[in-house]
Amino acid sequence: MSDTPQGTTPAERRTTPRHFDLRRALTMLGPAIGLVAVCILFSVLRPRTFPTWANAQNIILHSVVVGVAAIGTTPVIISAGIDISIGATIAVVTVSVALFVNADLSPLLAALGGIGVGAACGLFNGTCITWLRLNPFIVTLGTFLAFRGVADELSHQQAVAANSTWLNNLMAPGEAPLLPWGVWILIILVILTALMLRYTRFGRHIFAIGSNEQTARLCGIAVNRTKLAIYVLAGAFSGVAGVLMFSNLTEGDPTTSANTPLTAIAAAVIGGASLTGGQGSIIGTVIGSVLIMTLRSGCTQLNFSQGGQEMLTGIIIILAVLLDRLRNPPEA
Amino acid sequence: MTDASLSPASTADAPICRLRMESIHKRFGATQALAGVDLEVSAGEVLALVGENGAGKSTLMKVLSGAYTPDEGRMWLDGQPYHPTDPMAARRAGVAMIYQELSLARHLSVMENIMLGIEPHRGPLMDWRKTRQIAADAMVQIGRPDIPLTIPVGRLSIAEQQLVEIARATALGSKVVVLDEPTSSLTSHDIAGLFRLIRRLRDQGHAIIYISHFLEEVRAISNRFVVLRDGRSVGGGITADAEIDRIISLMVGRKVEDLYPRSHHEPGEVLLTVRNLAGEKKPAKASLELHRGEVLGIAGLVGGGRTELLRAIFGLDAVAAGDVKVGVVTGGTASPAIRWRQGMGMLSEDRKVEGLAVGLSIADNLTLSRLGWLVRPSEIQAIARQWITKLNIRCAGPGQPVVDLSGGNQQKVAIARLLYHGVDILLLDEPTRGIDVGSKAEIYRLIDELAKTGKAVIVVSSYLPELMGICDRIAVMCRGHLHPAKATSTVTEESIMLEATGAAA
Repeated sequence: MSDTPQGTTPAERRTTPRHFDLRRALTMLGPAIGLVAVCILFSVLRPRTFPTWANAQNIILHSVVVGVAAIGTTPVIISAGIDISIGATIAVVTVSVALFVNADLSPLLAALGGIGVGAACGLFNGTCITWLRLNPFIVTLGTFLAFRGVADELSHQQAVAANSTWLNNLMAPGEAPLLPWGVWILIILVILTALMLRYTRFGRHIFAIGSNEQTARLCGIAVNRTKLAIYVLAGAFSGVAGVLMFSNLTEGDPTTSANTPLTAIAAAVIGGASLTGGQGSIIGTVIGSVLIMTLRSGCTQLNFSQGGQEMLTGIIIILAVLLDRLRNPPEA
Repeated sequence: MTDASLSPASTADAPICRLRMESIHKRFGATQALAGVDLEVSAGEVLALVGENGAGKSTLMKVLSGAYTPDEGRMWLDGQPYHPTDPMAARRAGVAMIYQELSLARHLSVMENIMLGIEPHRGPLMDWRKTRQIAADAMVQIGRPDIPLTIPVGRLSIAEQQLVEIARATALGSKVVVLDEPTSSLTSHDIAGLFRLIRRLRDQGHAIIYISHFLEEVRAISNRFVVLRDGRSVGGGITADAEIDRIISLMVGRKVEDLYPRSHHEPGEVLLTVRNLAGEKKPAKASLELHRGEVLGIAGLVGGGRTELLRAIFGLDAVAAGDVKVGVVTGGTASPAIRWRQGMGMLSEDRKVEGLAVGLSIADNLTLSRLGWLVRPSEIQAIARQWITKLNIRCAGPGQPVVDLSGGNQQKVAIARLLYHGVDILLLDEPTRGIDVGSKAEIYRLIDELAKTGKAVIVVSSYLPELMGICDRIAVMCRGHLHPAKATSTVTEESIMLEATGAAA
């Protein structure tokens, strides 16, 4: 054993082929290339209406709620878990925020309360998954129904109108510099979450748990505590998404965001996350969200029917999973 | 016997040549995996294929089984040109592979597994009577008609599952049966049973190719051997005439002076005390003392509770009774996190399943147990680069995923984690399993050096010569009970085996 770190010869370092770097680069750039391609396609098909600042703003604005939910769900997917209850959580949060506002709480407290409700939903999911050792898919399938039921009960199965406050203007243009507040919130959360995943121990532990949970345990990582934190975080992000959704709707709606979980998961997978865990990136997820919303917007401009758009979204989800398979072929 | 004696014509009754491979070449990108392999195996003989990891054994067998097409070279099966286009074609032609990882459908019954893909049918309907009959015949042929045909394969032991796999091969009427490291997860009792079966198949006229790292097994079971090195067949001969040292030097391409460098160790104070430790199933009762500067070996049969003992000490498995004292701190509840903090590290027996997150990079794996609140990627890369140099890990760089490395280099990454963490007590479970001889020698040297610098090491191994070579003391585990450790100089392989099998009361 020598102590000089420079002892490896360049020849030895070059013994393994470089192709995996290319693969990684494609995983990183793939979503961005896809987004650009889709934008070019629609710009050619609808040169007057598609490539405009107004349309771009519109697409970004529509990406905000799904985007926030998707970056919350990305750590869950990286840790080899899944959360399909986020749509129901968003519904509970919009109703809660409406009720808080009507109970004369300050708008800020109402928003924080909404985020807290989201985190509580995540805590419930995380507790079932870690303490009771239940499969995340099954747990969140259960709460997918149960949280929706909570929203129905709280709202008596109808939209809850709320007093007008500044909370209603988070998604409105002209209230904040350049872009609506909601977009800025998304951007800040993206930066914070991306930094958290890359530069903190918590973030690296998420990758380790997703890549191999047994290794994580062997290395002394508190696996259950970390997982619990991941689901609480996902819940809190759903809470933020719920507050933004409330702002969009200006009311609490127990039926909102039915498709959000699948769109968010598809966005993460398009962005490079693997459903088998250990891989994923926040930037990729955001690009994935914008990509899906761009497709929807383009399809609207091409006068696709609602049904046609839903078929397209479904096909995109399947393609995203296919993409995951192609990037991570099952071991031969 | 000379290296040129690859032809079976030298055996007495000149048997028919079943399979012949000539000048097989295969290249992947810049890597020449096979650079001219010649191999012949006859009906009624067991040919051992040996070589270090990366020597090309797996590639060669994948060519044989139709998974790869060779770039060059020819093959004959029973004198007919044989060029399988895919694994199913190879199976139909009579070449059966039994891999290390069993490829059975756990939920299906024994007979369904045996007949998988060759189910007898009348039109669209399964012919269950014929299925049962062929499966039963196959089980008779391998000498285990007692295994029920209708129970799910998942309920059988690993050894029995392997037999089912072999029965599948015979049901297909295989002429050539390839066994790839078949004993790696078997107890010595099961190994004896497997060997009886291999001899039986051999006597029935099958040609058997036996791949193993265990040269003692090669000696016990094979008639002839072929050594692969760097994608070439570099030698071979009649097994009975070959010295193990000569086989090893053929494998590594140099003379093995001393695989086990053991310098003088100066045992110091007690670092780890285990008293009457019991787990929920195993171990039943284990006590030991581990001193600074010594290597303690734990021998015993697979399934005897050695791994469970380490796991219980390390806090990975629940402890039912007894206590563990690290230095002067007495146990209480233990978790891996606490043990790491106390200066103890563990190397898992299974790199892929537990030891390493193989999808992550070398740097991520190496630093996983010792990350600060903030992680600077450039810093962990620099740390990894140092250990790559120190342990001579062959890789493209610290960012390379561990899955791309060879077994030996993966193991070095796993060991580097303990060293980087700076632990004083190292629990090493099968540290040289499935790695090539060159890497083994490096790991032995490393263990010796660690002991010399005052670390305390426990090595669990199924390979007795290795324990005898590197340990200062050896304790034997038998059915969950750990016997008192004895100085290595006072024991022999025979006395350890007697203790391990419970024969020495």
